[in-house]
Amino acid sequence: MFKSNLGEAPFEGEVKIPSGCAVSAIIDRSGKTFTGEKIIRSIATMHDRSNGLGGGFAGYGIYPDYKDYYAFHLFYNGFTSRKETEDYLNKHFEIVYSSEMKTRKVKGIINVPIIYRYFLYPLSKKLNNSLMDEEQYVVKCVNQINAQIEGAFVFSSGKNMGIFKGVGYPEDIGKFYLLDEEYKGYAWTAHGRYPTNTPGWWGGAHPFGLLDYSIVHNGEISSYDANRRYIEMYGYKCSLQTDTEVITYVIDYLIRVKKLTLREIAKVISASFWSTIEEKSEDEKREETFLRKAFPSLLINGPFSIIFGYNGGVMALNDRLKLRSMVCAEKGELAYISSEECGIRVIEPELDKIYSPAGGEPVIYTLNEGGKE
Amino acid sequence: MDTFIPAGYEVVRDAERCTGCGVCERQCANGVHKFDKSTGKMIADSNKCVNCHRCVCMCPTHALKIVKSDDTYRLNANWSAQTMNEVYRQANSGGVLLSSMGNPNDYPVYFNKILLNASQVTNPPIDPLREPMETAVYLGKKDVEIKRDSQGRLIDTLAPQLKLSTPIMFSAMSYGSISYNAHESLARAAEELGIYYNTGEGGLHKDFYKYGKNTIVQVASGRFGVHAEYLETAAAIEIKMGQGAKPGIGGHLPGMKISDDVSKTRMIPKGVDAISPAPHHDIYSIEDLRQLIYTIKEATGYKKPIIVKIAAVHNVAAIASGVARSGADIIAIDGFRGGTGAAPTRIRDNVGIPIELALARVDERLRDEGIRDSVSVVVAGSVHSSADVVKAVALGADACYIGTAALLALGCHLCRNCHTGKCNWGIATQRADLVKRLNPDLGYKRLVNLITAWTHEIKEMMGGMGINSIEALRGNRLMLRGVGLNETELKVLGIRHAGEDM
Amino acid sequence: MIINVNECTDFRVLNKRVRDTADKDIVIKGCIGQRYIATGAGEKKVTVHGTPGNALGAYLNGGEVYVYGNAQDATGDTMNGGAIIIHGDAGDATGYAMRGGKIYVKGNTGYRAGIHMKEYLDLKPVIVIGGRAGSFLGEYQAGGIIVVLGLNGDGMPIINNFCATGMHGGRIYLRCGKLPHKIPSQVRAEKINGESDMQLKGIVEDYCRYFDGMNAGELLNANFFLITPNEENPYQRMYTDN
Repeated sequence: MFKSNLGEAPFEGEVKIPSGCAVSAIIDRSGKTFTGEKIIRSIATMHDRSNGLGGGFAGYGIYPDYKDYYAFHLFYNGFTSRKETEDYLNKHFEIVYSSEMKTRKVKGIINVPIIYRYFLYPLSKKLNNSLMDEEQYVVKCVNQINAQIEGAFVFSSGKNMGIFKGVGYPEDIGKFYLLDEEYKGYAWTAHGRYPTNTPGWWGGAHPFGLLDYSIVHNGEISSYDANRRYIEMYGYKCSLQTDTEVITYVIDYLIRVKKLTLREIAKVISASFWSTIEEKSEDEKREETFLRKAFPSLLINGPFSIIFGYNGGVMALNDRLKLRSMVCAEKGELAYISSEECGIRVIEPELDKIYSPAGGEPVIYTLNEGGKE
Repeated sequence: MDTFIPAGYEVVRDAERCTGCGVCERQCANGVHKFDKSTGKMIADSNKCVNCHRCVCMCPTHALKIVKSDDTYRLNANWSAQTMNEVYRQANSGGVLLSSMGNPNDYPVYFNKILLNASQVTNPPIDPLREPMETAVYLGKKDVEIKRDSQGRLIDTLAPQLKLSTPIMFSAMSYGSISYNAHESLARAAEELGIYYNTGEGGLHKDFYKYGKNTIVQVASGRFGVHAEYLETAAAIEIKMGQGAKPGIGGHLPGMKISDDVSKTRMIPKGVDAISPAPHHDIYSIEDLRQLIYTIKEATGYKKPIIVKIAAVHNVAAIASGVARSGADIIAIDGFRGGTGAAPTRIRDNVGIPIELALARVDERLRDEGIRDSVSVVVAGSVHSSADVVKAVALGADACYIGTAALLALGCHLCRNCHTGKCNWGIATQRADLVKRLNPDLGYKRLVNLITAWTHEIKEMMGGMGINSIEALRGNRLMLRGVGLNETELKVLGIRHAGEDM
Repeated sequence: MIINVNECTDFRVLNKRVRDTADKDIVIKGCIGQRYIATGAGEKKVTVHGTPGNALGAYLNGGEVYVYGNAQDATGDTMNGGAIIIHGDAGDATGYAMRGGKIYVKGNTGYRAGIHMKEYLDLKPVIVIGGRAGSFLGEYQAGGIIVVLGLNGDGMPIINNFCATGMHGGRIYLRCGKLPHKIPSQVRAEKINGESDMQLKGIVEDYCRYFDGMNAGELLNANFFLITPNEENPYQRMYTDN
């Protein structure tokens, strides 16, 4: 059900599939919300950077009425897997609302799985008994469903945000989920995928999410196995074997476990060259040298441009040689990030400012009343 | 009555070219060549020849060559001539067979059965000549706690680190087993290259204290030349628990090699045998290792990384895990092909395991236990080329030690007779007339050339893989594929077979 | 400076204080297992009351360490100079690879005292044991002097098995009327009177200055066995070139 009709090609997670892509993001720093119409147009402009084998979006601030609940988005391949999953969810969570997700028929979107949404929070007794904090508990339950229930896949699990993805061109996926009508968010990210060889599994499309973190990524990193084997020491399991997955875990580890700031994280995963560090101020030199010495295995090497979304902001980051394209722009409270300038100009022809960030220099846009940085 | 053992190699002289100049006679410490007055010609006694090629290289008219002797016992696929000769030697002498340099036998070389990846289309290769390409490595514990000062700035809480410009160091070779000039060459090259050489267990000659910041000093069971200043001078201190060429065996530098200078450096009387017991007699268990590590850390104020060197043996992964938990900053693992100045033949040729397999298991085990960050891993034991360095790093090593390759750069021709102390190349000898043949001004340059060339090659291979920092190569096993390896070998190495997808 | 410690005191904290103080006279009270005390120290006088942990005075390079109590294992490891005076027993591997200075033990030592001891020029290490020594005394000894006085008076042998195995330098003096165990053929034992050996005399007199109620004259007026490498039958080269 999850697969397109590419026959017997292996699933995501069974092999490592290199892919190229397009990425885009919009944020209104004043917190005003807007529909997904603009982000769809933005990513549609870069149609040729995708090949119809995967598209997806993440919207932030889209569930204001349920903002204190985890919003789970699930793919099912049939009634049995749904029944089994719902039994599991009922055992571990209080479900305050659930429904099949509203979609529309779009030409080219085929082999559609059953898609459900649940708003829920952990059962306090279960949570207490687990000896985990709430976020660890939720992540563990998500991983258990994904690993153990055949035909079920949680593809979004954050609060007041949601990931929408599938097999097809991203603009078709956006329309399929009615992002242009049904949802309003203060920030949107988008991804169009160009895998070299894939069955196009719905769960394998991007963004990749972990609670409210979402990552869209363009490029194929050359450090994959170095990063993977390191991060797996700390309890993560890279089951999808995608770059996006490992990058998400790396960022999660550095934020949640090591308590680094996003700017510091940029200096780890997209570290400056030693020769560049040498030319910096004493303070920067000290900090960046320390970070490189302490986390050598989390340097992400090879071409990548990522947009990292979280509640309250987005961060764009390029590899240090800037081997992938990335443009940023601002217009009033709106900020834009895109693989190509056309992805921005199509929705906002008149910009206050447009620039290409340097390789390894993070661009962070947060809500005005203070997102984390 | 001794059985005569025919020479394995024959010295062949081209009479047309030989001018009778006598260079060969003067160059050979084994007394192979001499001038025969009766015929007026140079003659050679092949039975004395160790095939070190000194005469061949020095002959001004290239009149000499050394060929494998075609004298043969009756061919026997079961009993080789070498094996038969060993029996004769032992029947003649009653002695334990003694050999030098690494295991020469035909065991698999796993590095040669591993192939590297390169980028095509989906991500770009990088041109190392134009683009920045980083080979610098820091060795030491990485398991930091993130702490901030009152202004929220990060505090450097890292344990002491060794900075290498390229992931290669010169492995431990003691003064005594090799010469003063060989040591000077290694020390100067390490300084110029921004890497480290290792004193081995023979102490540090006073003249070389000035290279301290590029020196790793060793503390072995014999504790030769070990004192406070020696520890203080070094950049790092290596506790030698074992050696790949002779796991479980100590060392014995015969009194004849304890020259004036060696005596001073080892701080033992001249002419007295220098014996390193097989174990450290204060280490009979893993908790005792912790004690020795902290004794040295206390003695040096926790300012220097402590390396623990072990031989690759069957249970190496568990041992390495124990070492990592004992406070060591760096583990050096020496594979069964590692070199030596002298080792019992049977030990050298039959004990230990290949470094590639040991490394793969150690790296994986440390990751399984979540402690890979608490220690750096350096590997040794026949790293032949820059490609081996790249493969070792991709398997999980932080850096490599090279010994034999460095000696080859200094002129060694692998005659494997170091233990006789008559090295014609001035390397494995203490005879002043032989030592002076190795000019450290030239020797150190040759070492610098070698490492510089290897570093260029490492950069090229990295660039091909789309990697511009050695950190991103370390443990990146997807960059490796096996050829002609069975399931078990692939499993141990943690790599896929060539042809298998990512 | 007086440092009071207890079982909660981490050795790192204690040793840092000992290292960092400018005070040359340090007294540690209540010591209970803290390792590496005075390791690498040079000119200080460190007095320990209680039970110091392993590797006391390792790499000691001068100065004095006094212990009122028993020392544990690896005391004076690779020591280069100075004095360690123990008013009690010492554990295994006392004076391992010691190159200089002196270790005086009032009571007994464990296994492998003076193992791989060596001397060099004017550096001549000395270990004196008031009671008896455990097995492998002076194993691999390459230099220096070990004296065992056997003052326990309990009838137990002054040394245990395998004394002087692998010894190829230095001297061992055992104060006894007859050797309680066989010694390797590569070393020789010679019966002497204590007063006749000037080197021994100097050492015993020095030792007695540190301990109350010891009389050098009485101690020396006795039979000693002097063990040295046997030049006529040294450890043979057991190898043949291959």
